[in-house]
Amino acid sequence: MDMTTAAGLWLAVILSGLYHGLNPGMGWPLAVSSALFERRRSALWPALGALSLGHFVAMLGILLPFSMMTLLIDYQGEIRIGAGLIVIAMGVYLAITRKHPRFLARIPPHKLTLWSFLVALAHGAALMLVPIYLGLCAIEELDAGHRAASALMATTALALGVAVLHTAAMMGSGGAVAYAVHRWLGLNFLKRGWFDLELVWALSLIVVGGVGLWTAF
Amino acid sequence: MNLRPDPTFHPSPKMAMEAPVEKLAFTLMLSPDGTKPDGLAVVDVDPTSDTYSQIVHELYVPNLGDEFHHFGWNACSSALSPLTGHAFLERRYLIIPGIRSSRIYIIDVKEPLKAKIHKIIEPEELFEKTGYSRPHTIHCGPEGIYVSTLGGGGEDGTDGPPGIFIMDCETFDILGRYEMDRGIQDKHYDFWWNLPRDYMVSSEWGLPPQFENGVVPEDLLSNKYGHTIHFWDLRGRKVTKSIDLGENHQMALEIRPAHDPVKEYGFCGVVVDTTNLQGAIFTWWRDEDGEWQAKKTITIDPVPADADDLPDLLKGFGAVPPLVTDIDLSLDDKYLYVACWGLGEMHQYDVSDPMNPVLAGKVEIGGIVKKTKHPNGKDFGYGPQMVEISRDGKRVYWTNSLYSTWDDQFYPGERGAAMVMAHVGEDGGLTLDENFWTKFPEGYRSHQIRLEGGDCSTDSFCYPSV
Repeated sequence: MDMTTAAGLWLAVILSGLYHGLNPGMGWPLAVSSALFERRRSALWPALGALSLGHFVAMLGILLPFSMMTLLIDYQGEIRIGAGLIVIAMGVYLAITRKHPRFLARIPPHKLTLWSFLVALAHGAALMLVPIYLGLCAIEELDAGHRAASALMATTALALGVAVLHTAAMMGSGGAVAYAVHRWLGLNFLKRGWFDLELVWALSLIVVGGVGLWTAF
Repeated sequence: MNLRPDPTFHPSPKMAMEAPVEKLAFTLMLSPDGTKPDGLAVVDVDPTSDTYSQIVHELYVPNLGDEFHHFGWNACSSALSPLTGHAFLERRYLIIPGIRSSRIYIIDVKEPLKAKIHKIIEPEELFEKTGYSRPHTIHCGPEGIYVSTLGGGGEDGTDGPPGIFIMDCETFDILGRYEMDRGIQDKHYDFWWNLPRDYMVSSEWGLPPQFENGVVPEDLLSNKYGHTIHFWDLRGRKVTKSIDLGENHQMALEIRPAHDPVKEYGFCGVVVDTTNLQGAIFTWWRDEDGEWQAKKTITIDPVPADADDLPDLLKGFGAVPPLVTDIDLSLDDKYLYVACWGLGEMHQYDVSDPMNPVLAGKVEIGGIVKKTKHPNGKDFGYGPQMVEISRDGKRVYWTNSLYSTWDDQFYPGERGAAMVMAHVGEDGGLTLDENFWTKFPEGYRSHQIRLEGGDCSTDSFCYPSV
């Protein structure tokens, strides 16, 4: 049972990464733009690297505080419920307001890492991982026993693992789209292949938060 | 609300050129003496239509004395910016400022033949939220809709410098001033930018007392109109360099950056050189060291004339100045169109080498002295003024009014509104279409033209033309 749950959760880490990577709002068009401006395809990769770094740091920024909190073993259920509620609230907020924070428009176009970092925070991309991560922590907990020091190391390592795997998946799917657009599909893909994912994105947060809540009980 | 990007948004200028051609144009109509409400004319520009070149819908506003001038869209190709991550705005509303009243109309043209007023922003709201007055150029960009103004606060608009303010592109709420550090900028006119390169360029006409009641000859001859262009860190909202074109280069007006965002150059038109009455175009560019530069690359000479043929304002000079009042650049960055409102000429320059423009075509129509008739035999009052180019670069449209009080000084008497169109030859050249002649209602003058689906002075592109 736990093995299956763990496998399911790790799969969710990867799938969410693929999903974030495909979303134009997370930056693959910037990689295409960079390659077009520099007139060489290889410019895709440094741009993707910069975007991924920003995404990765945002993941850690959100996950690490939770990795500390998981030490509060007695409140684990409450933490998971709280996290689920926060993620649902973020989803509901995005679904209702459909607003884009204006400060994002003031980031200079060449600061890709900063842009990616702030976008991942502002749109709840990092938050989406929290319920999945806490689920994994709960399973880890059963195995690792209750020794605080090793538990902290374990949850931190777990946070790192989740962030690395998620970001790698994101880089893979975002990179694949960017490459395909630059190599074969052309800029027309931006006009034809770009769908409004805003509501879907908000609903994804609500679903992930909901699953987090459900498994916490 | 679209689930996919508006089909009139294009990633690159090249793709915009390949899009379906325009079938409708929107032209502003102003009542020069303010006795009738200003309006928006929807003009049929589909050559296969029975009403070709005629007004097929008119919308009048419920106020007098607005003086419509320039206008723009709520959203354009800039929505496809890879930085916004949200391409789902609609090109649906025209933002029309009254340059005299400071009132702003938001017109819904989703169904162009049923165009209707969506919202009116009263002058008081603009004054209160920005301290600016006399709104002018409209561009849609990263933080919403940017609007330049020609006046500051106070009755005559001289209390503080004019500048740019930002509006929300969906609610049309005025959000506030744009500038954080304006440097020496104390007058304003036009502005445009290169979004991926993150710079903006702005220009200067003059302060309201210098234009509202007509051109002030003493100010012009003592070089008191604007002659500086300003380069901005667009998202940082600060001036990084101001270039004085020389005080004799009076009224630096239209700013036309290359449309392809890879290129870091553009043009600026200067109305008149007070030392020799020439009109001029400056090319501005960023050099290898990243420094902004500007150089005069086109001059247009005045034409000697008999004082009897000249209005009072010009009698003493014995010549007609070209008066470069508007310029526009085709989407392939190949042809720059230059309106010589005084001479009565529309010039077409090949600017493939922006440092060495070559005159490629010319149309003579109207003019202070020449008064050239349209090929259909009708009188064309005033001279070629606001010019707009079709996206594919094959058709050039223009009207003939500059600004009510200036019209009356340079062309005394009522000369009638006009809108004409010229075809561009395969290798350049410009020929008026004999069958394109728009009839406007009595008592109105015509100003800026916007083409359905975007044109050569509205859309900002974020991807290179490759």
